[in-house]
Amino acid sequence: MTGDGNAEQDKARRFRDAALPYLDDVFALARYLMRNAPDAEDAVQECYLRALRHFDSYRGPAMKPWLLAILRNVCNAEFARRGRLDVGADDAETEQTAEQQPMWQEAQASPEAGLLRRHDDETIRRLIAALPQPFRETIVLREVNDLSYQEIAAVAGVPVGTVMSRLARARAMLRSAWNAAEGSTAGATP
Amino acid sequence: MNCAECEILLHALLDGELDAGHARDVESHAAACAACAEKLKSLRAMRQAMTGADLKGVAPAELRRRIEAALPPALPRSAPPRRQLQPSRRAFFGGVAVGGALSAALAASIVLTVFRGDQEATVADEVVSAHLRSLQAGHLMDVETSDQHTVKPWFNGKVDVAPPVIDLTAQSFTLLGGRLDYIDGEPVAAVVYQRRKHVINLFVAQRLGAAGAAVTARTIKGYNVRHWSEQGLDFWAVSDLAADELDEFVGKVSAALRPAGSS
Repeated sequence: MTGDGNAEQDKARRFRDAALPYLDDVFALARYLMRNAPDAEDAVQECYLRALRHFDSYRGPAMKPWLLAILRNVCNAEFARRGRLDVGADDAETEQTAEQQPMWQEAQASPEAGLLRRHDDETIRRLIAALPQPFRETIVLREVNDLSYQEIAAVAGVPVGTVMSRLARARAMLRSAWNAAEGSTAGATP
Repeated sequence: MNCAECEILLHALLDGELDAGHARDVESHAAACAACAEKLKSLRAMRQAMTGADLKGVAPAELRRRIEAALPPALPRSAPPRRQLQPSRRAFFGGVAVGGALSAALAASIVLTVFRGDQEATVADEVVSAHLRSLQAGHLMDVETSDQHTVKPWFNGKVDVAPPVIDLTAQSFTLLGGRLDYIDGEPVAAVVYQRRKHVINLFVAQRLGAAGAAVTARTIKGYNVRHWSEQGLDFWAVSDLAADELDEFVGKVSAALRPAGSS
């Protein structure tokens, strides 16, 4: 129905309608992965450029995880380019060690396992951002981007079982960092 | 179930990833095991604190502008009216929340989006295309369960509306699950039903303009398509089922959507 001359415009319209509603999600993941706003903005922009290029071959299943998977690749490529180890051997080791430890030992050891310190939003964001990869991306995809296990598995390219164990570990680490951090009286909202 | 098994499943329970059977198992274990109950409570408290916090934030307007600027210029039609309608869609589903009155049994997908009245034929084609795509191996469902209470929450945060997920098992339409799909570039929710070997896709959308419309029938590429609207929503059912059986499905869905006691 659309004439050839309008094809590009039509594609751009469809892309805009489909992809731009997830900009906040993409930016949020970028913030947690890159850990600073300017790098996150660059990554998001690159993500949308790549997504538009590949939009013709996009077949679903869902736009949000598709965009987040592209964003994750962009971030990893950037880290690789810088020669950093944020997503490399360092974290692989962390994961291996972490997965050998029983979960929740901190919580069990603590008499206030059921009690949770109050934190302001900024502190919670900081605690999440301080988690090592790949636990950070797993918990962000779940708690911030609200993806299902299956979608997280697709984005991270790992089996669902791995997602589950990473998420459990991520929450255990977050929980212990949570109560170790100062309560709300110390945290000032920027 | 022992504590080690329970440990991992607690998270799945919290995340709404368990089917009803496993959820019951975990809950009954936690009811009998103080340690696991404590963990669940602790996890819930942290989840609650995180849900209450703004962890996502908003992308800077300047970034949005830069990305928009990098796109080819848009055709001026369409986008703004859709955005305005989102709150009312939410309100509709929040208010009616199509209860458990219906039972699950169509091989169908329900897709929610905004269908504009002026492009019904185009949408009908897209709906059939979406149906065909869904039939390819591994594309039918993102969430696979016959439990409507698992399917419905699964859509939370994935589409702008909570799609009505209707249990039509008693009518021999089996709920298979749900998935996200795209119609006219909009993310939409698909609830998948089956009768015998026939898959039915039911697409539901915000209706612009007219309040209600009778069922219109089409056959596209050999698939039967039914389109109707009520309660401010557009519904599209697609299947290779015989026409009269698809009509039966439409009738059951339509009846189930009507709040008890109203006409």
